[in-house]
Amino acid sequence: MSLFTMPSLGADMEAGKLIEWLVKPGDHVAKGDIVAVVETQKGAIEIEIFEAGQISALLAEPGQTLPVGAPLAQIGTAEDAAPAVAPPPRGQPPQAAKPPAPPVAPAGGSGGPRPASPAARARAAELGLALETVAGSGPGGAVLLADVGAGAQGHPAPPMAPAGDGGPKGRPGLDLTGMRHAIAAAMSRSKRKIPHYYLSHEIALQAAQGWLAATNAARPPDRRLLMGALLVRATVRALARVPEMNGRFDEGGFVPSATVNCGLAIALRGGGLIAPAIPDAQDLDSDAIMHRMRDLVARTRAGRLRNSEITQGTITVSSLGETGVDALFGVIYPPQVALVGFGAPRVRPLILDGTLTPGLAVTATLAADHRVSDGRRGAMFLAEIDRLLQEPDNT
Amino acid sequence: MTPQEIRAAFIADLIGIAPDLDPAAIGDDDHLQDDLGLDSMDFLNLVSALHKRFNLPVPESDYPRLATPSKAVAYLAAMLAA
Repeated sequence: MSLFTMPSLGADMEAGKLIEWLVKPGDHVAKGDIVAVVETQKGAIEIEIFEAGQISALLAEPGQTLPVGAPLAQIGTAEDAAPAVAPPPRGQPPQAAKPPAPPVAPAGGSGGPRPASPAARARAAELGLALETVAGSGPGGAVLLADVGAGAQGHPAPPMAPAGDGGPKGRPGLDLTGMRHAIAAAMSRSKRKIPHYYLSHEIALQAAQGWLAATNAARPPDRRLLMGALLVRATVRALARVPEMNGRFDEGGFVPSATVNCGLAIALRGGGLIAPAIPDAQDLDSDAIMHRMRDLVARTRAGRLRNSEITQGTITVSSLGETGVDALFGVIYPPQVALVGFGAPRVRPLILDGTLTPGLAVTATLAADHRVSDGRRGAMFLAEIDRLLQEPDNT
Repeated sequence: MTPQEIRAAFIADLIGIAPDLDPAAIGDDDHLQDDLGLDSMDFLNLVSALHKRFNLPVPESDYPRLATPSKAVAYLAAMLAA
């Protein structure tokens, strides 16, 4: 027997609210199955289980807020089920012959949990509506805030949250105060514990831009690439030369990671920020990176991230996209040891072969942990990203 | 399709890729990036959705013509009529 407990989804998390169970007692689960949805300051997170077994009992009710480490369910593992004493009763196949647990349906697929945006979840909870009773019109049938409104006809309109500071037109629902608190806790810890150093380097992007325009011209929109995917791909590849930028700094010191789980800082419209990671990014080409980035952004917006995605990053890339300022100097997301920032690519005066030429360029920055690396290695990292972006077709 | 139908379809696709936006709060002259906060990935997802719905190619060089709901409706109407 073992206990499945409320996971820590970041050093700043103290408690989470169980939103729904996706398994019931008697269900068999495999490592990596999504078994529950927990509402945190980062929105609704799908929780995976990290051992195989059979659910013996559920120990928490949806709606309960529980501290990290609190027992959620009891799991019977393979050792428990091993027939050490008696053979299995007649007519029942032995444990080992049982079919594997059915694969969990992909998010949005039929039979899986009902996907819903955090705002929709919050509103449904306010109204006392079960999400299963609401028809979803979002991606993959996800329940959106408007759907909950439609499903609640006849209910009095709930009070709207104050519109805030007049920023972008976001909807209320996500706990932005809680998210701000979580960001504050993580960033304070980072600045208190991590001796950051910063480097900055301008990278010409004409080669990448030319390759991108030629590649995209022949493709339908859903197969087009963004410059952001090339920047992430170059960063991931460059880590092969500077492995001390990729890993985690725990109590015992720095542990480099064999895989690159590349976090992407994704800004939320209402304010706040989440940095889910693309696991095993070292094996992905530009198309695959782009596909994973689209998927992560879409699921971040719809509130369907998984706990492994928000806890297992080994480096983070923060990119301002096309509209923004020239450079950003990041705060490392602990326990990682480096953050690469890209400002907005812009046409700037460049000196090429001794001639002043207008050309697209981006300012790449590195915030890195001085306990692990020095500026010389950091400079090598940014220079390698630059070199790789000059040969974008070599992917 | 009438401009009203095109607008309704455009807003539906916009909400599909940005479910946190309130459809009632979107103005015809709101800039998708500056006012509504779409990033380049959201914008590309919107172009993909419009491509699927209207079966139009929407090359990158036409992206500026989708900058606001009113511009986008005019662009889509012109392309559908062509």
